[in-house]
Amino acid sequence: MLTKRIIACLDMDGGRVVKGVRFKNLRDAGDPAACATAHAANGADEIVLLDITATSGNRRTLLDAVRRTARSLFVPFTVGGGIRSLEDAASVFDAGADKIAINSAAVSDPALIGRIAGRFGSQAVVVAIDAKKIDGTFAVFVAGGRVSTGRNAIQWAREAAAFGAGEILLTSMDRDGTQSGFDCELVSAVAQAVSIPVIASGGAGSARDFIEVFHQGRADAALAASIFHFGIENIAQLKGELHHARVPVRWPC
Amino acid sequence: MIAIVDYGAGNLNSVKKAFDHLGAQVVVTDQPELVAAADKIVLPGVGHFSSLGALYRTGLHEALRDGISAQRPVLGICLGMQWFFEGSEECSEIPGAGIFPGRCRQFPSSVKSPHVGWNSLIVQKSSRLLQGIAQDSFVYYTHSFHAPQVTATTGASEHGLWFAGAVERDNVFGVQFHPEKSGDVGLSILKNFCEV
Repeated sequence: MLTKRIIACLDMDGGRVVKGVRFKNLRDAGDPAACATAHAANGADEIVLLDITATSGNRRTLLDAVRRTARSLFVPFTVGGGIRSLEDAASVFDAGADKIAINSAAVSDPALIGRIAGRFGSQAVVVAIDAKKIDGTFAVFVAGGRVSTGRNAIQWAREAAAFGAGEILLTSMDRDGTQSGFDCELVSAVAQAVSIPVIASGGAGSARDFIEVFHQGRADAALAASIFHFGIENIAQLKGELHHARVPVRWPC
Repeated sequence: MIAIVDYGAGNLNSVKKAFDHLGAQVVVTDQPELVAAADKIVLPGVGHFSSLGALYRTGLHEALRDGISAQRPVLGICLGMQWFFEGSEECSEIPGAGIFPGRCRQFPSSVKSPHVGWNSLIVQKSSRLLQGIAQDSFVYYTHSFHAPQVTATTGASEHGLWFAGAVERDNVFGVQFHPEKSGDVGLSILKNFCEV
């Protein structure tokens, strides 16, 4: 039986893993390669590395971190942040990523999804969507949550899938970093709108939150960062609790 | 020396990295002569079945067929395994090698496609590739089309239906999942291939 994935996310700034609340107040959480290996050993089904302050100046820092992280990681590895072109994507794949995540660049040039999928396969293209509830609908934001696009998240997820995305990484900006639970309303709306897998992100705080997002939210995978870094929730223990709640997970792993 | 066949279907770094980790001597190549000269051959590949067309344009298909006839171990991964079948509904113009009967088909609409994630592998019979792999081990899949169950199936998984997760006959080995991304289980499978 296909299991629900638990994905550990590493937000990286200047070569270090950091974590903040609602994209602010960043705290240091360690070296990306060391964090990734530790999470994989602890049962993470997948690792995502997001360069949250990606600029052209620190591309080399990102690629170096990707190379070091990929070297001893034998679970799927996704990299995002500042990927604006097929060439950017190719350099990240070349450094050892299995998938790339694109956000702002996909919104401004949706055909980029198809160009990357055409060369590396749809399975290698994750479209990341940052959504925030405004006046009862879910609005899409870009540039690390700073810029509103006027797009509707559910509609944009459908379009991204049609352009060739292999998965949607859906972050609730309202819940990100708050540890108050995933936004199951947002996740289930998107999961039912597309046939590709949806990764829920933003708000993980307890095992109960994961159980809810898999049952009510219909998520295919759930991603979290801060709770794993600071040992509030151990991934192996979390998977044990999910297993007992009859959520299919890779357990024991 | 193990030759990893590069025919332009996606990123081969992960496959090479896993063999490097196991201490195997590997070369990634698009040269038919190098493939023909290798002790073992790995045919990886992700994406659309049409990308296998490059095998025919470059002559790599002949190097692969020669290697198989010469009883050299050949491992197909994902799209590489699908090539061992007669073809795929994904692209009817490109033939498969026809080593195993049947064509690859899409998953039923009742389940999510692509099939992405860790699924349990039911070991159906003893084989060299899956030697020492525990029943119900988890392996990582990412694909939209699946190969049918055949007599050469050694391991199967379920996603709306049962499909071939691993096949083996004589010197031909195939896995639909990605051993290079399946943690310790996957590394054990690749190690088995290195040792056949």
